[in-house]
Amino acid sequence: MKKVIQEGRPPTWWDKNKFGFLFIAPWFIGFMVFNLYPMLYSLFLSFTNFNLFDVPKSVGFSNYIFLFTKDVRFFESVVVTLKYVLFGVPFQLLIALLLALALNKGIPALGIFRAVYYLPALLGGSVAIAILWRQVFDINGLVDHFLMLIGFSGEIVKMSWVTNPNTSLSTLIILRMWQFGSPMIIFLAGIKQIPNELYESASVDGATFIKKFFHITLPILTPIILFNTIMQIVSAFQAFTPAYIVGGSTGGMLDSTLFYSLYIYIVGFTNFKMGVASAMAWILLLVVAALTTIIFKTSDRWVYYDN
Amino acid sequence: MKTSSYKIVLFILVFLGALIMIYPLLWMMASSFKPESLIFKNQSLLISQFTLDNYIQGLKGIGGVTYWQALKNSLIISIFVVAATVLSCSMTGYALSRLQFLGKKVCFILMLISMMLPFHVTLISRYIMFNAMGWVNTYLPLIVPSLFAIGSFFCFLYVQFIRGIPKELDEAAKIDGCSPIGIFFRIIMPLALPATISTAIFSFIWNWDDFFNQLIYINDPRKFTVTLLLKMYTDALSQSHFGILFAMSSISLIPIFIIFLTCQKYLVEGIATTGIKG
Repeated sequence: MKKVIQEGRPPTWWDKNKFGFLFIAPWFIGFMVFNLYPMLYSLFLSFTNFNLFDVPKSVGFSNYIFLFTKDVRFFESVVVTLKYVLFGVPFQLLIALLLALALNKGIPALGIFRAVYYLPALLGGSVAIAILWRQVFDINGLVDHFLMLIGFSGEIVKMSWVTNPNTSLSTLIILRMWQFGSPMIIFLAGIKQIPNELYESASVDGATFIKKFFHITLPILTPIILFNTIMQIVSAFQAFTPAYIVGGSTGGMLDSTLFYSLYIYIVGFTNFKMGVASAMAWILLLVVAALTTIIFKTSDRWVYYDN
Repeated sequence: MKTSSYKIVLFILVFLGALIMIYPLLWMMASSFKPESLIFKNQSLLISQFTLDNYIQGLKGIGGVTYWQALKNSLIISIFVVAATVLSCSMTGYALSRLQFLGKKVCFILMLISMMLPFHVTLISRYIMFNAMGWVNTYLPLIVPSLFAIGSFFCFLYVQFIRGIPKELDEAAKIDGCSPIGIFFRIIMPLALPATISTAIFSFIWNWDDFFNQLIYINDPRKFTVTLLLKMYTDALSQSHFGILFAMSSISLIPIFIIFLTCQKYLVEGIATTGIKG
């Protein structure tokens, strides 16, 4: 600035932009090198038979055709992942919302409860918790023991919920629900923003607790519900560690815990079919993009905006 | 009278819920101090026979790798990543919230989009790229991307936070002859300390817990991190070594517990302002 004035010339285009360019440079380089280029390159690879060692050869759409028509495990992994998302995310958000409401009611020791409920979300992604989870649901584990304690007997208290293909996915869905802490905190912050006068005037009009919830709290929280839903869906589609550790690195019994991420890992890094794995990654990208777009598009029907 | 009994019921429910939530964790820790033979016989939290055997056995390591070595490796990676993330993401946040430059709007939108990008879509190309550079089996693929503000969540956090800092402070400094670089280091960074703490905490935890990247990039057991070593324990130990598994899992969670106990305020703020996931 000083220099410009001394030299007596108006600031040039470069003068106006240079500091912005300087500070955005790391992000810009990172975006190009670690996001945009890899995305486009994997799109290219998805049309090749690349195996990490030989020169990639173009194979047209055959990776995609193979996945959709011949690969049974691909289909299984889609079903497993959809079940995980469709059951895990709504329940997780419902629990988060209910507890945020309960904690907002002026309960003593709020800080401690909030912390205890949040802790699993903070630890949940780790290998350590996945190991713990496997043991909780394994034969003679905590769950079997608890069922015995409340009076069950026979087969049900002597089963491994993890290796049984009928229940193994449920244990992973429960693990996801267990980690409702971060959406809960976002809901809590949202509920605190609601002006008290709204409730007071509703009380004057004789509104019940239920009415106040459906006519005040819920509409005001809809933008937050939208946000939480999208973030949790995006993250649930990418889950890997729980499936790998709890269910096993090959997808569990009868592929019952073959998450989409796990199958990409198997195809790409165990079988070295990088072309097929790239095609899978792009299919996932398109599905997630389509889903979030649909949710956004329908959101003006159910999301309430203040102005 | 009615509201108070309703509150008591609510309190009891919330209390029971909290107990269910926390019980598996307490069970793991209690079990890690029990002899192997007792872990599944007596599942209560009371430790009738206290032993440190599981820890002593576990810390010795496996396959020639000690647990201490893995802890050290994990710490080295995490510290680098945290420092790089704070520097690069705060720069990005500053550029996008305060500075003017060509293409700013496009950059902001691209940053928001990359927050939702599934990691798979860059995974294979990045691996091929790092493999070609000879970086596989080094920590570089885990560290170098963080130098380039790859954590869009943290960029967003900084954007949100810096927007809340009064602009008059920048203007005053500008009149006093401070350049945008000076403003960044002398005004923005000190005032954005809460955002920095949140970023540091979350990038540390995510990196500490990261499994996928470490799994594909690190093959040499001597370079194993805690998560990889834990995986190796689960592969190598038979069904009769839960005590060791629990002990080693518990140790791996200690850094996160420490952060949780000391920095709760920042965790809550970080989540509430950006919806960052824990």
